[in-house]
Amino acid sequence: MRSVFPGDTPEAPGRPAVEVRGLVKRYGPKTAVDGLDLSVARGGLTAVLGPNGAGKTTTIETCEGYRRPDAGTVRVLGLDPVADAAALRPRVGVMLQSGGVYAGARAEEMLRHVASLHAHPLDVPSLIDRLGLGSCGRTPYRRLSGGQQQRLALAMAVVGRPELVFLDEPTAGLDPQARHATWELVRELRTDGVTVVLTTHYMDEAEALADDVAIIDSGKVIAQGSPEELCRGGAENTLRFSGRPGLDLGSLLKALPAQSTAAELTPGTYRVGGRIDPQLLATVTTWCAQNGVMPDRIAVERHTLEDVFLELTGKELRA
Amino acid sequence: MSHVTSTSDGAFTPRPGAAPLSRMIRAQAALETRMLLRNGEQLLLTVVIPTLLLVLFSAVDIVDTGDGEAVDFLAPGVLALAVMSTAFTGQAIATGFERRYGVLKRLGATPLPRWALMTAKTCSVLVTEVLQIVLLTVIAFALGWSPQGNPFAVLLLLVLGTAAFSGLGLLMAGTLKAEVTLAAANLVFLLLLVGGGVIVPMEKFPGGVRAALELLPISALSDGLRDVLQHGAGMPWGDLGILAVWAVLGLGAAAKFFRWE
Repeated sequence: MRSVFPGDTPEAPGRPAVEVRGLVKRYGPKTAVDGLDLSVARGGLTAVLGPNGAGKTTTIETCEGYRRPDAGTVRVLGLDPVADAAALRPRVGVMLQSGGVYAGARAEEMLRHVASLHAHPLDVPSLIDRLGLGSCGRTPYRRLSGGQQQRLALAMAVVGRPELVFLDEPTAGLDPQARHATWELVRELRTDGVTVVLTTHYMDEAEALADDVAIIDSGKVIAQGSPEELCRGGAENTLRFSGRPGLDLGSLLKALPAQSTAAELTPGTYRVGGRIDPQLLATVTTWCAQNGVMPDRIAVERHTLEDVFLELTGKELRA
Repeated sequence: MSHVTSTSDGAFTPRPGAAPLSRMIRAQAALETRMLLRNGEQLLLTVVIPTLLLVLFSAVDIVDTGDGEAVDFLAPGVLALAVMSTAFTGQAIATGFERRYGVLKRLGATPLPRWALMTAKTCSVLVTEVLQIVLLTVIAFALGWSPQGNPFAVLLLLVLGTAAFSGLGLLMAGTLKAEVTLAAANLVFLLLLVGGGVIVPMEKFPGGVRAALELLPISALSDGLRDVLQHGAGMPWGDLGILAVWAVLGLGAAAKFFRWE
């Protein structure tokens, strides 16, 4: 297949680790991915964020060589994931969303096996320790907890010391402690120079880990940038407080700068939107004092990726 | 493993590379064999049932096995059954569930090429068969078995039989749902056990039915093994031919229609 990226050699320095252009993937009448563009910088941590059914897994699995694009091109480490699969497989670590292990295999046995398929694998016992899989003992995979199965899948993705890992929802269903252990490991991968692409529908995960976030909806990337860049959008923040229900917000709006918003979300909880600065905060508290309201649980909230997503799509992320 | 690194600072620094092919195939074959030997249902099929049939039918006169010692008739049939239980039934069920649980998919992302995975599966089947044959041969000798014939002809029959059954088993595993494969593979095992000359002599079936049954791979294998081991025949070319046709058809169809996910 001729390269659509003329003048580039696969290993050109500075070339993205993953380049997806105009990717289209259909399953029967359903279009799962609809002209998606994505670029993943080498050595960085990119989060592909979107609700269930947005096309995250299809995109990742096309990069992993499991699916052939119906249109568009995909290059991974400068290579074609299907045609150059043999060259890519040792270099790319894969964590599937679920499964991938013999029902009767033990965690350490399976990890040792995947290690034995690689030339310079990580030390299996320390990786087992690291991910808290030591307690799995002789339990077969089918009887491990969901969290243990997830951590084993993660270990299998990294044990071969890949240059690039694709992690499909690495923390879905994990308890907070296991989730943070996974985050630590993912951060360490990045520190050690591994390019990481992960999908998630947790915005806090994307904000906590990613250098770069691609927000996907209905098979398209609708925004891409660092979490800060994405959240800065308009410098809009939110002020929340509680008080007695049914306050007359009209008088508050008159006191606030133009373009501010105010709403009673649920009886007794209020949200003020706009450019939240010290002056605005003073205006709100003064107005509360004038109305004999004690503003309880007053808090300034910065704009989150969830808000960004809501603004871009009009949908809740975790629908 | 000679090149290991602890997961301390810098442990994840990329150092990708595939293991040598021979090591990958060996590791995969060893793992597949362990999975098979650890699975209770598989052991029932591959070890317990053939052993029970051999002992029970040799000791108790349930089926009229013709002239001579019952064990001389039964041992070749049970060896054929052992090959079918591992290469067809066991492999179909195991591979069907590996496909269902994403094991084949996940292995597809490792440096192990697909052809090497299939090679490893074949090695695992052969290792299991050797274990079965050793066990059944020892038991048959204890029951007074006196085999005859050319060992090379026996080996050729076993290899072609394995190829024929593997092709059919993989075709089933790679095209049907795992649950359907589980049910169908067991049903076929039972039907062929009864109608394939394993313990019931083919002479018991009426002419037309018998002519059709004799074209089955299990009948060709049990008949060929019996010709050689019981009657001291030379190369059973007819049976070898039937097995070769099944092997080509089965493996060809499996290669064409097998779905990895």
